[in-house]
Amino acid sequence: MNPDAHARTDADTDGETRTTRTTRTGPNHRRSTVSRLSAEDVTLAYDQRVIAERLSVEIPDNSFTVIVGPNACGKSTLLRALSRMLKPRQGRVLLDGQAIQSMPARKVARTLGLLPQSSIAPDGITVGDLVGRGRYPHQGLLRQWSTDDERIVRESMTATGVAELADRYVDELSGGQRQRVWIAMALAQQTPLLLLDEPTTFLDIQHQIDVLDLCAELHEEQGRTLVAVLHDLNHAARYATHLIALREGAVIAEGAPADIVTAELVEEVFGLRCQVIDDPETGTPLVVPAARKARTAAVKSVGVPSVGVGKG
Amino acid sequence: MKAPRKQAPRDQAETAQAAPARVSRGRTVRTVGGLSVRVDVRAFTVVVLLLVAALTAGVVLIGTGDFPISAGDVVRTLLGNGDAGQEFIVNELRLPRVLVGLLVGASLGLGGALFQAISRNPLGSPDVLGLGQGSTAGALVMIVLFSGTARQVTVGALIGGLVTGLAIYLLAWKRGVHGYRLVLVGIGVSAIVTAVNGYLITKADLVDATRAVVWMTGSLNGRDWEQVWPLLGLCAVLVPLVLGNARALRMLEMGDDVAYALGVRVERTRLLLLVAAVLLTASATAAAGPVGFVALTAPQLARRLTCSPGPNLVPAMCMGATLLVVADWASQRVFGADQLPVGVVTGILGGVYLLWLLVTERKAGRI
Repeated sequence: MNPDAHARTDADTDGETRTTRTTRTGPNHRRSTVSRLSAEDVTLAYDQRVIAERLSVEIPDNSFTVIVGPNACGKSTLLRALSRMLKPRQGRVLLDGQAIQSMPARKVARTLGLLPQSSIAPDGITVGDLVGRGRYPHQGLLRQWSTDDERIVRESMTATGVAELADRYVDELSGGQRQRVWIAMALAQQTPLLLLDEPTTFLDIQHQIDVLDLCAELHEEQGRTLVAVLHDLNHAARYATHLIALREGAVIAEGAPADIVTAELVEEVFGLRCQVIDDPETGTPLVVPAARKARTAAVKSVGVPSVGVGKG
Repeated sequence: MKAPRKQAPRDQAETAQAAPARVSRGRTVRTVGGLSVRVDVRAFTVVVLLLVAALTAGVVLIGTGDFPISAGDVVRTLLGNGDAGQEFIVNELRLPRVLVGLLVGASLGLGGALFQAISRNPLGSPDVLGLGQGSTAGALVMIVLFSGTARQVTVGALIGGLVTGLAIYLLAWKRGVHGYRLVLVGIGVSAIVTAVNGYLITKADLVDATRAVVWMTGSLNGRDWEQVWPLLGLCAVLVPLVLGNARALRMLEMGDDVAYALGVRVERTRLLLLVAAVLLTASATAAAGPVGFVALTAPQLARRLTCSPGPNLVPAMCMGATLLVVADWASQRVFGADQLPVGVVTGILGGVYLLWLLVTERKAGRI
């Protein structure tokens, strides 16, 4: 990339790319150099089961992007593809302009972190040790624990509020604390991009908000680009700066929550009749499902949009 | 399974006093060039103690037999200062046997630790997966069908173990090998091969059958330098290879997704380590017969001593060597020289341990 092009892309970051509403305009090369992470025309499948076809998604830099959609719409699959854990059958995922599958694993791991849904805390591991394992991509056989590692691990634990738990065993912690520890581990990886697969699942409401507040802080204070899959549309609308709504493996809408979350969109994506009002706390869109009687009447006349097969 | 917790918090309390801001266990050695190595003090101590125990047991074992030699004489002879008679007994008869014991124990301990870490299950060890039975099948084919020489039996056992390992891997493969599937497929394979072995024994005549049963128990009797060199060579290649991948294996403990996210090439690392584990186990079994339960117990005992998470590869290796040599000494000491194959002792120890494991797992509500 020549210096001129670089200057231009920097200038463009705030202008055009932020307002991108749809990705169905075909590949646009200038844009794909602006955004650090994007999926170009990908077809995603597990064995013979196709989850999404010719899907293109761009993650705006420095955004807190949230992917929403009904169960089995392919949101987690998309996240797996973006984090190179699922190889697209067609198309490619680009990280900093390079096909992510062709990059060295360790280099990707220094740029892009992931908090997966399934993670196993080894028996008898302490919080400090687990968070320290996030430094793996920065270490080597003879560079096992530098002073930088130690400082970053301590900072990550402080940022997630688990510093005082450093000596505790992970399996003694509550679900909310444990999730914070895993997030601390992902933070210690020090990646400018961080992907989170349903980080609030299985947590009670207080811990859900806790984790989302933490994500918002990371986004605002550390300037990281966050991509999360969330189930709760209202949480998504409240915390996201950029929302991607998926249905049956296709992007139905994307943009700032205030611009795109409407009753029509919710009905189109989730097949749910609702009202969208202003959140009294934040002014962001708040989805209120229609009362049961009104909904069942609607189902008789319209019918529920079918939900695609595949893993959510 | 939970590691015992009693000692560990005390350790950490001490280190916390020394340096209040310490974030993780172990001491770090750093050089000016930016190199740093982390040493888990407790694990290091355990390894040193186990090595001392293994060597001591080795010396005692060399001195044990129809012609007892004192420990001092054994050491003097090993250093090349013994008299001619002792030299022959020590260097030609008993030393190779002890070395085979140490190497077989170390290979089984390391192989077991690898299998258990890859399957993320203490039951995912070669004994349960049927690798021992696979080696036995190879050996029985040689003994029963071909009346083969000792060397042919060894080769047969090696091939049997490798083929079984390959079969388990292929059957358990479905977009990557996963813990429970590996264990369940292994148990199935083990059952089939055990049936084949039973059939082969019923086909054998009395002499072959006796030879087969002795082989199947696992024994160090009559092992000489011919078994030492191939095992030593294999360990010299595989142990550094495995230890070089130990950090990636530690990341794999946390699940494939986390390991991927941390930049581990999951499938490649797993295949490499699995092949190494099969080679170690199969060659150890070919050298000494299917010595039961060392691969199952050594990693778990090592873990309980080090109180540290992670595959504990080196402690498991040292524990395996110690266990096997001590068991061999016990079988000679208690039952007289060459009366009882070492596999019987490790089998009894391992069986008791397995029951204890099942009971504690049941209490913890995991099975």
